[in-house]
Amino acid sequence: MSQDTEKQENWDLILKAGSSEKNYWKDLWRYRELFYILSWRDIKVRYKQTVLGAAWSIIRPLLTTIIFTVVFSKIAKLNNPGNAPYALMVFAGMLPWQFFSNALSEASNSLVGNSNLITKVYFPRLIIPASSVITSLVDFAISFLILIIMMCWYQYIPSWHIIFLPVFILLAFLCAFGVGLYLTAVNVKYRDFRYIIPFIIQFGLYITPVGFSSSLIGEKWKSLYSLNPMVGVIDGFRWCILGDPMNWISFAFSLVVVIVFLILGITYFRKMEKSFADNI
Amino acid sequence: MSKIIEVRDLSKCYIISHEGQEKYTALRDVIANKTKKIFSFANWKPKASNFKEEFWALKDINFDIEQGDRVGIIGRNGAGKSTLLKILSRITEPTTGSIKVKGRIASLLEVGTGFHPELTGRENIFLNGAILGMSRAEIRKHFDAIVEFAEVERFLDTPVKRYSSGMYVRLAFAVAAHLEPEILIVDEVLAVGDAQFQKKCLGKMEDVSKNEGRTVLFVSHNMGALKSICSRLIFLKNGNLINQGEVEPIIIEYLSENRKITELNKIPRDFNRKFNTGKVYIDSIKVLNNAEETQQHFNFGDTVKFKIEFEVLDKIDPVILQFIISSNVGENVFTINDCKDGVYLYKQFDVGLHTAEVSLDAKLLPIGFNVSAFFSTQNGTPLEWVEYVSHFNITKEGIKTGTDYPWGPIYGYVEFNPFWEYEKL
Repeated sequence: MSQDTEKQENWDLILKAGSSEKNYWKDLWRYRELFYILSWRDIKVRYKQTVLGAAWSIIRPLLTTIIFTVVFSKIAKLNNPGNAPYALMVFAGMLPWQFFSNALSEASNSLVGNSNLITKVYFPRLIIPASSVITSLVDFAISFLILIIMMCWYQYIPSWHIIFLPVFILLAFLCAFGVGLYLTAVNVKYRDFRYIIPFIIQFGLYITPVGFSSSLIGEKWKSLYSLNPMVGVIDGFRWCILGDPMNWISFAFSLVVVIVFLILGITYFRKMEKSFADNI
Repeated sequence: MSKIIEVRDLSKCYIISHEGQEKYTALRDVIANKTKKIFSFANWKPKASNFKEEFWALKDINFDIEQGDRVGIIGRNGAGKSTLLKILSRITEPTTGSIKVKGRIASLLEVGTGFHPELTGRENIFLNGAILGMSRAEIRKHFDAIVEFAEVERFLDTPVKRYSSGMYVRLAFAVAAHLEPEILIVDEVLAVGDAQFQKKCLGKMEDVSKNEGRTVLFVSHNMGALKSICSRLIFLKNGNLINQGEVEPIIIEYLSENRKITELNKIPRDFNRKFNTGKVYIDSIKVLNNAEETQQHFNFGDTVKFKIEFEVLDKIDPVILQFIISSNVGENVFTINDCKDGVYLYKQFDVGLHTAEVSLDAKLLPIGFNVSAFFSTQNGTPLEWVEYVSHFNITKEGIKTGTDYPWGPIYGYVEFNPFWEYEKL
């Protein structure tokens, strides 16, 4: 009998104000398959609905790269300080940037787009923006194939640095995820915020060294410039793929900014999460 | 039996702002208001329309649920049922109080949650299962059973956007029903689907709880479904728990609560109708005796008359008018149609106030009855439907066979004048 009463106290779940905090990370692990399933759904639906499908994630970076190469190399007469062809340098920057901008715009609309789920079933909401970033990672992988083709075309052999590429992909992922978390939470509260997001992305393209090398920025401004976290990511990509010189001090700046964004994003998201179902 | 859910002093408060009609806050408005505030300190005046109000959707709710219970939650719209389920299924947090739960909860707050119209049936089973908390291995294990239950084998690889609504609901219910949670929360799914499938769902829910020992929480306005599934009921009203316990007494209490508003005189226009189009409103349903006086208690065998007063607000096509007589626990006993010799009269009513009266010869057995009334178009589309708004009793007076005759619902509700023939072979 005493054993029975002891069992009675063995509750699996206690729901009260603020109780979701404790189980959150445990739940995230329990629902881990949902990361995969939701990303899989988004990819499947995307390729079902568009005629171009996968081709779209090839055409877009390729065309932009051609235009950027023409504008920056031929018209503006900018030089590549490294020894890789200009187009290759642009593409090595275009890859992480396209991933970042896609992931950011997808993630920031993800909660509102999945409002039917949020108001009907429980699971850690963090999974929704996370899986939309994962979805963009698939596009990234497809675009990466063009890079390989381009390297064959230019007969360019990457340096041994390439083994560090996954580190920078992860960094790009965390950067997009951190900022995306913040934006999607704001988007639930202020519905007109989504009009600002394309502007942020467009603005970001100009202050990020996609069409040119970041070494063109004077040493004096380099640290300030690296507060844009994508500067560190793109420099890292070029270091890995092309063997371009790397400024590790400015990279450290970018790294810190990514971590700050990530912490800020998660904190704000968790704070807002409780009221998503009531606000959406 | 062990406790599986324990709810203590549970309250949920929503802040309603009366800022305007907008559902969402727009950043534009926030900035505009802040700017206005800065510049309006000179001619400051209080804005009456901009206050916030607390609304307690649930207030100090306490109850326990034992393992294997099938608990129904009843109450009018706005009583707090959905809020309670939302807290239980962790979609929203309580303001104060606590709920303790043992085991996994799966909620079926709306069938087809997370279904994606572009994906096929097969893909949606996996998607939906994962969203409801099943692992892929579990889904694979139950895949065939789900498909069989839903009866969609032939359409497994068709996008669900091409499914009929019935198939859609069947598939969704099938996934949730095979979830194997310790606690299953079901909200009004049975409102959709055909009668045969509804029966199947009810059967599955009973099976889940009786044979597998799982706990079911069920919200419905369908008294018949509640009666057949539930072993206990919880009655909510305006966020308060009014009563809980055995099914039948709670249903009787709930239905009589409904009548408190309607029985005395007019049915208010804002009364919670089962269906309304705004074209016609039923203002009262009266139960009358032979002398045209309102009466509650009738002797066995007395003539009972039903009189309805209604207002037609908009031009309507010819209608079908029905009185539905149900037992005091909400089971329909019979319907009085406005027909003659089996043919509908299809009366046409002009805009304005009308009455209609019908008298009844059928001998009802001595229990309580509820009266509902229903207007529909010729093809059966409802126009106005008020449920359980009037009530009358048949007493044992007038029964000639003696009082020891075992009257009771198990013998049915209606007496006929039988004609017997005997023959010795």
